[in-house]
Amino acid sequence: MDHNIVIPGQMLSEDVKSAGHGTYVKNDKVYSLYYGVANLKDRTYVVPFSGKYIPSRKDYLIGVVIQLTSSNWIFDIRSPYDGLLHVSEYPKRVESSGMKRIMDIGDCAILRIKDVSKSMRTDVSMRERGLRPLKDGRLIEILPTKVPRVIGHNGSMVSMLKKESNCDMFVGQNGRIWIQGKDHEMDRLTEAIDMIEREAHTSGLTEKVQQFMNNDPVVEDDIVSGSDESVDQGSDASSEDNDDTIPEETCRKIDALLDDAEDA
Amino acid sequence: MKVFAVRGKFENKFGESIMSDKPEYFIDENGLRLDGRRTDEIRPMTMEMGVLSRADGSCYLEWGNNKVIAAVYGPRELHPRRLQRPSEVLVRYRYNMAAFSVEDRIRPGPSRRSTEISKVSGEAFEPVVMTQYYPGAVIDVFAEVLQADAGTRTAAINAATLALADAGIPMKGLVAACAVGKVDGQLVLDLNKPEDNYGDADLPVAMTQDGEITLLQMDGNLTHEEFIKAMEMVKKGCDQIFELQRKTLISRFGSEDDVEALEGSIETEPEEEEAEELSEEEVPSEKEDVSDTGDNAEDVDDSGEKFKEDVADFDEQRESGSDEEDKTSDEDVKDEEDEASDEDVKGEEDEQ
Repeated sequence: MDHNIVIPGQMLSEDVKSAGHGTYVKNDKVYSLYYGVANLKDRTYVVPFSGKYIPSRKDYLIGVVIQLTSSNWIFDIRSPYDGLLHVSEYPKRVESSGMKRIMDIGDCAILRIKDVSKSMRTDVSMRERGLRPLKDGRLIEILPTKVPRVIGHNGSMVSMLKKESNCDMFVGQNGRIWIQGKDHEMDRLTEAIDMIEREAHTSGLTEKVQQFMNNDPVVEDDIVSGSDESVDQGSDASSEDNDDTIPEETCRKIDALLDDAEDA
Repeated sequence: MKVFAVRGKFENKFGESIMSDKPEYFIDENGLRLDGRRTDEIRPMTMEMGVLSRADGSCYLEWGNNKVIAAVYGPRELHPRRLQRPSEVLVRYRYNMAAFSVEDRIRPGPSRRSTEISKVSGEAFEPVVMTQYYPGAVIDVFAEVLQADAGTRTAAINAATLALADAGIPMKGLVAACAVGKVDGQLVLDLNKPEDNYGDADLPVAMTQDGEITLLQMDGNLTHEEFIKAMEMVKKGCDQIFELQRKTLISRFGSEDDVEALEGSIETEPEEEEAEELSEEEVPSEKEDVSDTGDNAEDVDDSGEKFKEDVADFDEQRESGSDEEDKTSDEDVKDEEDEASDEDVKGEEDEQ
């Protein structure tokens, strides 16, 4: 058996050289650091069942602006550490006064980590093809530890999902997934992603998900999701509205509140 | 009124005690204790993980009549910033008893007793949590006692261990905690309430799977020989708890057979423009991790040694008979009562 559920402190192997991620070595033996699934094939590593995203260099991720300073956008990247986007890392020249027009608090963007310092100061960049603010579509959050499963071997899962759902899709390493397409297609894709997250520890997942995407739509669209869809559309529409109209006013209020809080 | 004598305890027909709770004897002629256990038996324990959906990790634990829920949040950003540690994560542990957890209502909020337990219990996890992984962040552990029946701090540690594992916190191993005490001149494992309240000694211990002691407190008196025997007993108790914890963890995701490691986290080649690069680039960072963990293993070993030394010190202290200062009172109820009354008095004084 190459794959096992392991617990912290469980002995995995006596081959110290094989020790990989999520393991530690003590007295010439390899032990697990996490509660998760261990791979014992040529390299010994443990993928934890859960855990926070920890930024690492060159990762792609989806951030949400939580604060603007005179020269930085500060992003929430679902990690204990914030992502800093300096204006010079935005592809176009931006004046300090114009930052708000490009991305305001609550806006999302696809980012890439430029550097992570020893004290975990995380600098992100948008100076690369494909990195952009996200204006529409939906954002789904999953556990960061399940991201490799959503991507699949060589991206097999992502490409299959894109093909089957006709949706545009981007998976950030921090567990945020952006999808865009027709409402019912996005609903379907969301369900599929939920399923992947739920069953991430089982085998043959790509086939299962493919079956799910292929088989059910006709049946479920008619019977089950009739009411769901209308609800979803409603919420979706309102969230899109949020993006376009509300931000400025709300953000001004939030700014005011934040200022008050800081003063106090 | 009809009066029943049950194992030396006087109760009315409603089962309410009408005289002192102190039993006439703790161990009967068959060597069985008040609740029918042998002296080296722990109370039945059940654990359930993932009971709180908003927490990053959680565990509900019942141990005899103890009911404890533990929640873990983090690693997350730490405010205020002055508490941040530049090279490691801060583990904050909060032990709290619900106001309704014992017969007499406990005054809510931190007390002398709960502050002390929070401190020592948090330190019990220091040698196992890989603190250097998340510099400047904080891991918050909350242990709430819903129903208390002696040994709540050990129950809370057992629950917190599983909650930490559930939260995906990197740990070198699990921590188990169990108490041992002395009643009727005999050593008994995992004290229940009457034994705790009226016994001669109570010694809660937490240890790692390697047997390194991470928490050790004592109330009452034990001879040197008794202490050594007690530590042996508690090791056996903790081993049983480790086995229960292991079973709880393994059985959470069904049997071991239908499990497969997460695909695609390693050995991927670029084919799709965005996603694949991500996974491919995980590989170098993992290599760094390997060397890191190797070093760290040694670091923590040292701290383990330190704990052993501490125990040795403690041992000596006991021998020289200076143990009185170590009377960190462990009797849950007694203490609360004291605490509550203390505070009440203070309050009255304030009013005056």
